[in-house]
Amino acid sequence: MGAQSDAFEELAMPLFDQLYNFAHWLTQNRDEAEDLVQETYVKALKGFSSFQLGTNFRAWMYRILRNTFLTSRTGLKATAMVTLETEEEGPELAVEKENPETILLKSSSSQMVESAIDGLPVHFREILLLCEVEEMSYQEIAETLSIPIGTVMSRLSRARKALRDGLRLQEQKG
Amino acid sequence: MVCDSWKTKLDTYLDRELPDEEMRAFDAHMRGCASCSADALARVQLKRAIRVAGKRFAPSAEFRRRMQEKIAPKPQRNFRLLWVLAASALAIVVAGALTANYVRGRSARDHVFSEIADLHVATLASSSPVDVVSTDRHTVKPWFQGKIPFAFDLPELQNSGFTLLGGRMTYLGQTPGAHLIYELRKHRISVFVFPEGALPGLGSGENKDLSFSMETWSQGGLRYFVIGDANAGDIDSLAKLFKGGV
Repeated sequence: MGAQSDAFEELAMPLFDQLYNFAHWLTQNRDEAEDLVQETYVKALKGFSSFQLGTNFRAWMYRILRNTFLTSRTGLKATAMVTLETEEEGPELAVEKENPETILLKSSSSQMVESAIDGLPVHFREILLLCEVEEMSYQEIAETLSIPIGTVMSRLSRARKALRDGLRLQEQKG
Repeated sequence: MVCDSWKTKLDTYLDRELPDEEMRAFDAHMRGCASCSADALARVQLKRAIRVAGKRFAPSAEFRRRMQEKIAPKPQRNFRLLWVLAASALAIVVAGALTANYVRGRSARDHVFSEIADLHVATLASSSPVDVVSTDRHTVKPWFQGKIPFAFDLPELQNSGFTLLGGRMTYLGQTPGAHLIYELRKHRISVFVFPEGALPGLGSGENKDLSFSMETWSQGGLRYFVIGDANAGDIDSLAKLFKGGV
């Protein structure tokens, strides 16, 4: 057990900050984020013997965290109202007709971006964070979210569009 | 619209997830299409903004300690261990201060690199990327006289494969500098020169960001950046010409 927990600690603790950040974005609450991370680590440690060394440990940890979130009260509430519409059909991406100038960001808009991410439905928020913040490849995202790569592409495209729409709305409100 | 098929894949291109052949075709298209380049620039800025905004939450030290204990419970503390812990705490404080300093420095450095990448892309997307159009360094260098508050030398390019296309004035923050554009096998490469005093603490080295290769160094009181979509070896070759020519 000692050697196993040492090996787990060595692999898992470097992910602690980023898992916490992701958990906080999902739960939007510090206490719940801490509970979620704690439960994730406990589950992962228990199941570590079933983890195959050499496979993607990061995607494995994120998958445990996300599945734990989805079965929590906050997760169930957050996903209850979301319909994924036709996105599962494949990677058909809409061409953006907007003028690029309209999506150029002002230098002082970090708070606006935070608030726009906050306002996204949870399935858009998580995929955008995995891609842009965690810099996961489409393959890693597919493994983490347990969805096909085509769905990663289409959902990501919709998430980005939703974020741009959110930013534009904020700019209009002034 | 002619570019619709490209724009459909623009995000995938910027995520560097297209197959190699399509990536190369896209690179070539971007060099010649101002509309797609401008669109790409806007999306890159948005990606960066998400990256910055998305790293918003950090766990408390107390929570980290609790988790550490939960995962790998340590043996009962004894008197000797208390000394070890005290020493560790001191080390953490010192390391924390050093890390904070490093993170601040790194964040400033990343910001400068982002700005340089934006300047490079924005210039290539412009319909008139250079203000002085000449392949002759003896024409381009004097053009900067009186326009920027420092002087610099341009290297001899004979047999190097690089061609000087021209130059323009540029600004990084409030600092005026020189922006030179070179060509190598249809790759456009930018060289930026700024006074070092305005950009302290950047160090030297290579950086790879968004399919661009970048190299930076300080020499003779000036800060140089070489950036382009050519491979890192080509960027380094141009950097070496400048290092030898200064």
